Amino acid sequence: MKNIWILLTKYNEVFLFILFFGLSFALVITNNDFQRSSTFNSSNAIIGKIYKETSRITNYMKLDEANQELLAENSALRISLDRLVSQDTSYLQTVLDTLGSPQYSYISAKVTNNSIRQKNNYITIAKGSDHGIEKGMAVISPTGIVGIVLNVSPQYATIQSLLHSDTRVSASLQESKAFGSLIWGDNFDSKKAVLRDIPNHVEVRKGETVITSGYSLFPPGIQIGEVIETTEVGGESFKDISVALTTDFHNLQYVYVVVHNFLAEKQALEAITENND
Amino acid sequence: MIRVLINNLLRFVVLLAMQVFLFKNMGYYNLVTPFPYIFFLLLLPIGISNFNLYIIAFLTGLSVDLFYDTLGVNAAAAVVLALTRIAFLKITLEAENHDKNTTPMLGEVSFRWFLPYILLTTFMHHLTLFMLATFTFRQFHYTLFSTIFSCIFTVLIMLVFSLLIYRRKKR
Repeated sequence: MKNIWILLTKYNEVFLFILFFGLSFALVITNNDFQRSSTFNSSNAIIGKIYKETSRITNYMKLDEANQELLAENSALRISLDRLVSQDTSYLQTVLDTLGSPQYSYISAKVTNNSIRQKNNYITIAKGSDHGIEKGMAVISPTGIVGIVLNVSPQYATIQSLLHSDTRVSASLQESKAFGSLIWGDNFDSKKAVLRDIPNHVEVRKGETVITSGYSLFPPGIQIGEVIETTEVGGESFKDISVALTTDFHNLQYVYVVVHNFLAEKQALEAITENND
Repeated sequence: MIRVLINNLLRFVVLLAMQVFLFKNMGYYNLVTPFPYIFFLLLLPIGISNFNLYIIAFLTGLSVDLFYDTLGVNAAAAVVLALTRIAFLKITLEAENHDKNTTPMLGEVSFRWFLPYILLTTFMHHLTLFMLATFTFRQFHYTLFSTIFSCIFTVLIMLVFSLLIYRRKKR
């Protein structure tokens, strides 16, 4: 007992530190919602991570095959889904052109090179013109959008990533349907982008889903991200919306290249319209 | 003794008021924010007992927290600062003998001792503060960045304070 007392007094600064720091830390955890929720979450995250790691190791051998199968299946599913959707609209509006053949088809491809830390980022995929990929096609991933095909060789294609200062994608808010253009914006964080040109009168909810509008190369309704926050700039009629991207550029493995089956027709029509102006 | 008490009390009130009314609104977005209220803790007499120092640090941090709506964050940071201060004094101050009531500020101690003292204590305080405020190790570089720049900002403000006090004492 005496020895313990001597120890306590000798290193009193350490024990007092533990006491007071523990007290402050308890205050932090119990009184601030954010820290409380993230404490519980991080303990869950640790357990989740352990499970994930173990299954990653056990499944590792079969992983590549499984991925290929899933991708092939996904491509087929997406094609049939589009057929259903376009049949539906064509039935209602009796646009006979689109009846039967889907508007979009998808080519799956493996990512062979990827960067996220540059100011202008590019991705290389292991499929090219031999597989039907052309310049200007949209590229999506299972979780969101990726970018636009920039150059094509017979076996490879390079993609101008969404994380590129020149990439602009027409995007709309799911609830209000207001559309603007999505750019990377801060050139810093691979998980965030900025949605521009949304008029100030549109009410934007935090957490609202942002999807592609279908006015650009991307098919409509593909998820891009969620609204994090909006900044209304005083005296301007548009607001900037910060968007958390759902695509994990950090860990991009496989992507789909979107083939727009009637693109030539659409462009020809639009060219005629523009010439008439 | 009474003079020391009054001086410290005065510093507490003035620095806390400046912190919550002035410095709370200063800074560069959330990236760089100064916390010069810790100057009060740094200038407590050298001979103060560990327990008293911890109590005062805890309560000071807590009072700042009340204004910042971050209960416990500043208190924890101030407690870390107290530990750093104790360790620093223990290691460095044996060579220079000082009166127990000495305030460790310019004029009483040399600049060569004073600068590392405030740099180290401020850095530890800010690191704890920003780590607890962000409460994640993700994007640690971002936290470290704002820690370092806030630290520089705070130290500069405290050096200006020291020079102001220093001149008045000399006269």
